[in-house]
Amino acid sequence: MGNRLGTRTLTFSRGPRITSRYTLVGPREGKGPYALDFHEILADDSLGQKTAEKTERLMLELAIAKTLEQHDTSIDELHFLIAGDLLNQITTSCLAASTHAVPFIGIYGACSTFAEALGLGAVLLQGDFAEQVLIGTASHYQTAERQFRYPIELNVQHIRTNQVTVTGAAAAILSFADRGPRITHATFGTVVDMGLKDPHDMGSAMAPAAFRTIKEHLADTGRTLADYDIVLTGDLGRQGSKMLRLLLEREGFEGLERLQDGGSQIFGDWQPVGAGGSGAACVAVMTLGYILNALESAKAKRVLIVATGALLSALTVLQGESIPCIAHAIALEQ
Amino acid sequence: MQYLIAFLVGGAICALAQLIFDTAKCSSAHILVGLTCLGAVLNGLGLYEPFQEFAGAGALVPVMGFGSSITTGMISEVKRLGWEGLFTGAFEITGLGLAAAVVFSSLLALSSKPHR
Repeated sequence: MGNRLGTRTLTFSRGPRITSRYTLVGPREGKGPYALDFHEILADDSLGQKTAEKTERLMLELAIAKTLEQHDTSIDELHFLIAGDLLNQITTSCLAASTHAVPFIGIYGACSTFAEALGLGAVLLQGDFAEQVLIGTASHYQTAERQFRYPIELNVQHIRTNQVTVTGAAAAILSFADRGPRITHATFGTVVDMGLKDPHDMGSAMAPAAFRTIKEHLADTGRTLADYDIVLTGDLGRQGSKMLRLLLEREGFEGLERLQDGGSQIFGDWQPVGAGGSGAACVAVMTLGYILNALESAKAKRVLIVATGALLSALTVLQGESIPCIAHAIALEQ
Repeated sequence: MQYLIAFLVGGAICALAQLIFDTAKCSSAHILVGLTCLGAVLNGLGLYEPFQEFAGAGALVPVMGFGSSITTGMISEVKRLGWEGLFTGAFEITGLGLAAAVVFSSLLALSSKPHR
C-alpha cells in the first residue's frame, strides 16, 4: 500500500503528466472572462447538427481528435479511453468512443466526472497498466437542461440559485512524456448527502462534499490550503462557494484566499447565468484551459482541483429523494 | 379608464404569480394550475363575476379567467342537463380556446423552429 497516504489519498510517485490537452467551449463561455484560456470557441452552439445531443457528441469527438493531433499520437497507441458526460447512460461518451478501437472506461460522476477520469488515468499509469491514457468529457446547455430540468422550448424562467450548464468539451492525454504538469495526488471523495432536495440549488448541496474532500486531502497530505497557489472547486457556483467558505471558516481553516470556483468564474458578472456555470465540461475546461495555462506560465506552481458532482437524476428528484453529492480532489504540480 | 383598470388588475395578478414563483419553491406548472383552480373556485362561490365586471379583460385574460369559465360552463350545463352537466360543461366555453390553442400551436410548430 505504498501508494496511499493517510486514509484516502493516493500518491503517484512515477509522475504521470497531462501531456496534451484541448478545450472547446460554446459562444456564451467564449464571451466570459476566461475566453483566452480556451483553445477553441464555437461560433454557434449547434455545430450544424440537428439535435443538441449530436452537437455534444461531435464536440467530444473534436476535442479527442485535436488532443491526439497535438500529442502526435494515433488512437492505436492509446491504452485506455476514460470518458463520461451528463446524459442518460452516458451516451455522448459511448457514441464518441464507438468511433475508436480503444478500450473504453465509461464513468459517471456528474460534474465531477473530469476529476474522476484524471484520477483513474493516473492510477492506471502509476500501476504500469498503461503508458498513454486519453480522458475526455463534454456537456451542452441544451442537453442538460432537457435531461435535468425542462426542455429549452418550454422557456422556463431561471431563479437566482440556478446554474447554467457549460457548453463545452475537453480532452487530455496522460502519459510519462517529459512535459506538462504532474499529477501528484488524488483524493477520491465519499458520497455526502445532507438531505437537501432542491434541484435548483445544487451548489448548496455540493458544498459539504467539497468541504469533506478538502479536509481529508489536507489531513492526509499534511498540507494547508496555503500550500496550493490555487484551490479550484468545480462548480459550486456563487451560492455553494459561499457555503464552502463558511464551512471552512467554522473549522478554522486558513488560506481561504486561495479558493476559486470554476462555476462562479467561467461566466462574467455581466452574463445572466444565475449562480454561475456547472456541467461536466465546466471544471474540465477551466482546469485544462485556465489552470494548466497558469501552471505552464509559472503563475501557479501547485494547484488543487476539487471537482464536485450532484449525483441526482430527474427521476429521483420527482420521487422526492435528496441529492447525494461527491467531490474528488486532484493535486497538480508544475 | 376601463382600459387602465384592466391593465392594472391583469398586471397585478401576473405580478403576484411572479412573486410566488420567485419566493416559493414551485414550478411554473404549479402556478398555472393553482391560478386556474383559484379562478374556478372563486367563480363557483359567485365572487369572480363581480370581479370580472369591475376589471374586464384584466380578469378574463389571465389564466384565472380560464378557470372561471370552466365553472361557468359547468353551472349552466348542470342547469340544462342535470348531473351530466358536470362532465359536459367543463369545456363548454373553454373548448373554443383549447381547440384554438391546439390548432394554432400545431400550425406554428410546422412552420417555425423553437428558440435554441
